[in-house]
Formats: sequence, C-alpha cells, structure tokens
Amino acid sequence: MTNSSKRVGSTGFSRFVAMFAKEFIQLRRDRVTFATMIIVPLMQLLLFGFAINTNPHNLPTAILLQEHNDIGRAIVAALENTKYFEVSHIAQSSAELDHWIKSGEVLFGVEIPANFARDVRRGDNPSMLVVADATDPVAAGTALGALDGIVKTALRGLHAIPLDNSSTPPFTISTQRRYNPAGVTSLNIVPGLLGTILTMTMLIFTSLSVTREVERGTMESLLAMPIDPLQIMLGKITPYIVVGFAQAAIILVAGVTIFSVPVDGSLALLIVMTILFVTATLSVGYTFSTIARNQLQAIQMSMMFFLPNILLSGFMFPFSGMPGWAQVIGELLPLTHYLRMVRGIMLKGADTGDLSTQIVWLTALMLASMAIAVTRFRRTLD
Amino acid sequence: MSDQENNSSDIAIQVEGLTKSFGDKVVVRDLSMTVHRGQIYGFLGPNGSGKTTTIRMLCGLLTPDSGRGTCLGYDILKDSRLIKERVGYMTQRFSLYQDLTIKENLEFVARIYGLRSPTRAARDAIDRLGLNGRENQLAGELSGGWKQRLALGACILPSPDLLLLDEPTAGVDPKARRDFWNEIHALAADGLTVLVSTHYMDEAERCHQIAYLAYGKLLTHGSVEDVIRKARLETWTVTAPDLHALAIELENTPGVDMVAPFGNSLHVSGRDRQVLERTVENFKKREGQVWERSEPSLEDVFIDLMQGTSDNFSGAAPR
Ligand SMILES: Nc1ncnc2c1ncn2[C@@H]1O[C@H](COP(=O)(O)OP(=O)(O)O)[C@@H](O)[C@H]1O
Ligand SMILES: [Mg+2]
Repeated sequence: MTNSSKRVGSTGFSRFVAMFAKEFIQLRRDRVTFATMIIVPLMQLLLFGFAINTNPHNLPTAILLQEHNDIGRAIVAALENTKYFEVSHIAQSSAELDHWIKSGEVLFGVEIPANFARDVRRGDNPSMLVVADATDPVAAGTALGALDGIVKTALRGLHAIPLDNSSTPPFTISTQRRYNPAGVTSLNIVPGLLGTILTMTMLIFTSLSVTREVERGTMESLLAMPIDPLQIMLGKITPYIVVGFAQAAIILVAGVTIFSVPVDGSLALLIVMTILFVTATLSVGYTFSTIARNQLQAIQMSMMFFLPNILLSGFMFPFSGMPGWAQVIGELLPLTHYLRMVRGIMLKGADTGDLSTQIVWLTALMLASMAIAVTRFRRTLD
Repeated sequence: MSDQENNSSDIAIQVEGLTKSFGDKVVVRDLSMTVHRGQIYGFLGPNGSGKTTTIRMLCGLLTPDSGRGTCLGYDILKDSRLIKERVGYMTQRFSLYQDLTIKENLEFVARIYGLRSPTRAARDAIDRLGLNGRENQLAGELSGGWKQRLALGACILPSPDLLLLDEPTAGVDPKARRDFWNEIHALAADGLTVLVSTHYMDEAERCHQIAYLAYGKLLTHGSVEDVIRKARLETWTVTAPDLHALAIELENTPGVDMVAPFGNSLHVSGRDRQVLERTVENFKKREGQVWERSEPSLEDVFIDLMQGTSDNFSGAAPR
C-alpha cells in the first residue's frame, strides 16, 4: 500500500481534529446558519435598545400636596424641569394617588406632606415621597435617578432657605418602587441578554448536530468508522465555542456602547467564564441532540429547556423572590449561574473567589450533561 | 477463544444463526455464512430481503437478536470497535457529507483513521480515483457515478482488510458499473476481501462466491456453478407464436415449476425431470413450437428458490 496510508499510533486526537475540521467547514459553508449567529444577537440587542426606551420623557405623574406654598410649587416645577416628569393628575388623597399608580394612569406619585415647608425652613430635613411604578424598570430607574439633582437645586433662590453648601440638604426624597422592588435596571438587562442570547443560539445549534447527521444519512458512515462518542461530541461542540465567544463579544461591545454598561471586574475573567458557560450550554444542547429522534424534537426540547431559563434564572424575576421549588430548578440551569457571574463581574467587580460557587456549579452541570450525552449516544442504528 | 485462530486463518467472515427483527417482523433469520479472505462474495436478493441488515450486523451497526460470529477474527458482538478499524463500509445510500468537497471528505476519513498525512492521503486517493480537477467540488453536486467512485475511494483510503459494499452499482450507468467491477477485482487481487450486495444478476457472475437471500433467509450459496447445480433444475427453452398464452398454459401444467419469458422465448423449468420431459414431449407435437433443452440460468434458479420460499413463508406465517 502507499506510504500515505500508513496510520499513526495514537489517533484519538486526530479523530477529534477530523470531526472539528469537518464541523467547522460545514458551519462556515452554511451561510444561513452563519448569518443567524451574527444577526440574532445584534437584532435582539437593537430591539431591546429601541423598544426599551432608556431615556424616557414626560412620564405621567400624579401629585398630592398636603399643603400649598412656594416650596411645594418650586419642587413640582423642578420635577417638570427634569423633563422626565409631567404632572398629569392632582390627587386629593393618598388613596387616589395609589389608585392612579395601580391602574397605570400614572407612573409616578409625588407626595409632599403637611408642614413640609416649615420643616425645610427650620433645617429639619423633612422627607417627601416619590412612588414609582417599576414595572418598566428602565423608565422608572432613569427618572428616579434624576431626583438627586432636584434636592439641591429646587429651592435655590427661595426666601429663607438654609444655604445649599451646608452639609445636610434642605430635604430628602424617599423613593418607593412598586411591582419590581429589585429594580432590574438596564445594567441588569445587558448581562441577562448576554446570557439568554447565548443560551438560545448555543442550544439550537448543537441540539441539531446529531439529529442532522441521522436525517441526512451520514450517521451510518460515521458510526461505521472507528470514532468514539466522546470524540464526536468534542469535535461537534468546539467550533461553537468559538461562535459563542464571538457572539458574546458582539453583545458586550454593543451593550457597552448602547447601554453604557461598565465592566468593573476583570475582562479576562469574564471571557473565561463566558467560555465555560458557552461550553456548558452547548453540552446541554448536544445532549438533547443525542436523545431526540429528529430535528423537530431537538428544537422542541431546546425550547422546553429555554423557557425555564428565561423565567427561573433571575433574568425575568428576582431570584430571591421566587418560591423554593423554583429556586431549586433555577440552580440547575446554567444561565442562573452565568447571570450571577456576569452581574458580579460587570457591575460589582467580582473576582474568581467571589464566583467560586458558580464556577463549581457550571462545571458540574457541564460535566453531567456531557456524561449523559456520551452514554446516551446511540452507537448503533438499532 | 477461537478469535485468535481465525485471525490468522483465511476466513474473513464467519457467522452462525444471525437473526434480527424490527418489531415483530423478522428481517434476517438464522443466517450462517463463511467468506474466505481474498474472495469477492456476492450477496444477492430482491429488495427487502435483508442484505443491508446483514451487512450492518457484520460491521457492528446493528446488534443481532441472536447468533454469533467473527469478522476478520473479531467477535461481531464484542469487538465492533476493532472491526471498524479494519473494515470499509460503503452504504447503500450515499452517506458522505454532501456539503463538503471531495477533498474535504477524503481528508475527514483519513483523519478519522489516523493516517499519517491526511492531506497527502486524500490527494493520492484523488489521483487514484481519477477525480483530479474535481477535488474542490461539493460531494452533493456530483453525479451518481462520481459519488459512487468517491464513496469507494473513501472506503479504501485507510487500506482496510475487508470491504462491505451495499448495492454499490445501483443507479449507475453500465460503463461505470464495468469500471467499478474491474476495480473490485484489482482490489481483491491485492488480497482485499469484498462482500458486495447487488440485485443485478449479471454481477453475480463476477463474484467468486454468491449467496442468495430472500425474506431474510439465506436460500443457497456457493460458486455460481455450484448454485445452479445444486438447484437440480431442468430447463427448456421454447419459442412459439403466442408466447403469452403459452406461458399461462404452461404454468398450470404438471412438471412445470417456473415459466420465465426471455426475449422471444420462454424458459420453462421444473424440479422433476421426468414429469417435465413428459410434458415437453406433449407440447412438442404442437404446431409452430420449438423446444430446446438448455442450461438453467442463475435467474431461473433464484426465481425458483424464491417461489419455494414465498410459499413456505406465507404458509408458515399467515399475515
Ligand atoms: N430500522 C428498521 N426498522 C424497521 N424495519 C427495517 C429497518 N431496517 C430495515 N427494515 C426492514 O427490513 C427489511 C429488510 O431490509 P434490508 O435489510 O434493507 O433489505 P435489502 O437491503 O435486502 O433491501 C425490509 O422490509 C425493511 O423494510
Ligand atoms: Mg439494502
């Protein structure tokens, strides 16, 4: 036989390379899929960017003035000056104020209590209340953020007000978020989006990978060759790690640009954690692929897995507010742990030590699903 | 175990009592066969007779319900991983990657088998197959004949000891078929064992040994001459003005087990020589009929075997 047909000793790695190269070429050649990988994350980000109005104006506001005087008027004027608040309703009682907020007619309720002016002039630092409907956390968050400025400037130039260079401000505004007390802000949305987009695309792409071979008939040849389920799995997953990484980069860059999200912690750590999460999610998708009988089933399984990821990972609802059983399910989802990691790294500057629990969980979930995939992989056509 | 013995012996495949069913349908029943090294072994039988299923059991793609055997000396039940290292399997349906080029497909196979230089191995194979200039064409865009060449090329790339070819010439034009068989003979001359399934009768003549399967049963095996001799079939050729009417009449005549039209004549065969001869004597007296004693063809034998089995089959298991 010819010299080129000589075999080398250890071929486990060569088989992995064979699979990897093949998958990569197929991926590159499948233009629709390839475009989807780049366009889906961008589209979602842009949709969020426009649909969630991050800089809303003239939000309907109800006010309840327990007394009528120059200070009250100045504060209301200052509120309207921020352009965020537009006084649309004048309430006569707290009950009326509550009713309007509850019914959604207004997003904010402002209450200035009795004796407010007197207390300000005495330097007692009284407090007024702003209630926000935080169902739309972004709108509520931005507007509430503007309140700080009012405290200092609203009363400037009024008669007999303690100087604003004194240590205590003339009054305080206590805010109350209703319906979404955790106050998920845009800062929370970007990490969430990063995680959910990755979950969705990674799941779908790998969940099809084995069923596709079965449906195209190529599985018969593949199974007749001396390659093991582990090499097949690694060869099929690895190209998508690269894709997942590219997606994450796109989302992050766009997120930082559109939402001005900071990355307080280490970027390198974020990258490593993203790769870990991507691999874990790919393994889950691949596991579905080994269980599903056809591509439709694979997609259905991915969707069934995707839903709890959205609902129970802490992306949609604050994790700590969920009932115990939901938290248990949540802990079993890679996204839950990734969200904590990303929020930790991006917003709180968390380091490896802070994230050790999440790292262990993600690694365990990844290995468990890989083990299931390798054992569930059908080595015969029976 | 006998594994080691067989490994060095000249037996490539030896199986006993292989049985496989899907649901309650028995697809292969109690199949035993032996294939010697260096032989071209033809696997004949109509569609659905269990050829593909048998081949899949030989290379570990299907697990037999019962039976045992060895392939290249390895146990087909336990050592399928080792069998796969040494066997090239060409599937009935093209099963290389349609969205990879010829070169990429071959390199993929070369890497899977751990060839030292996958790129060179692929290039050598392309030269050998006469696929030069097409190496960057997607496999899915090739015509049937070229697909078949590529599939064969991929099978022999890792220099296996045994080739399992499942209807490799189905849907391929006559010239490509002839080239293909020449190639198979060249490979066998180099010591490769080839098990090839087909339903073309003329291809049976090109095999050293054949086996005939119908309804999952191996009905006969041996060289073409053996098979014909064993059938003990007496065959006459008759030409007559109205062949169709004659065929219908003959079918209901004692001593005639099978009537098959061949061009302008009929092949009339029977297992009972004396009864058939008496019948022929009667017919010879008729106007315009020319009767000649002839050799039964392989096809006559198979049709006869099939009729016997289908009768048994439907009798044994009414559906
Ligand atoms: N995976 C399967 N599930 C159910 N029936 C099958 C399966 N594979 C083959 N069969 C049936 O087994 C019979 C024999 O098939 P096969 O071995 O492909 O025959 P051949 O290759 O001789 O045409 C056919 O009737 C076919 O429908
Ligand atoms: Mg077949």
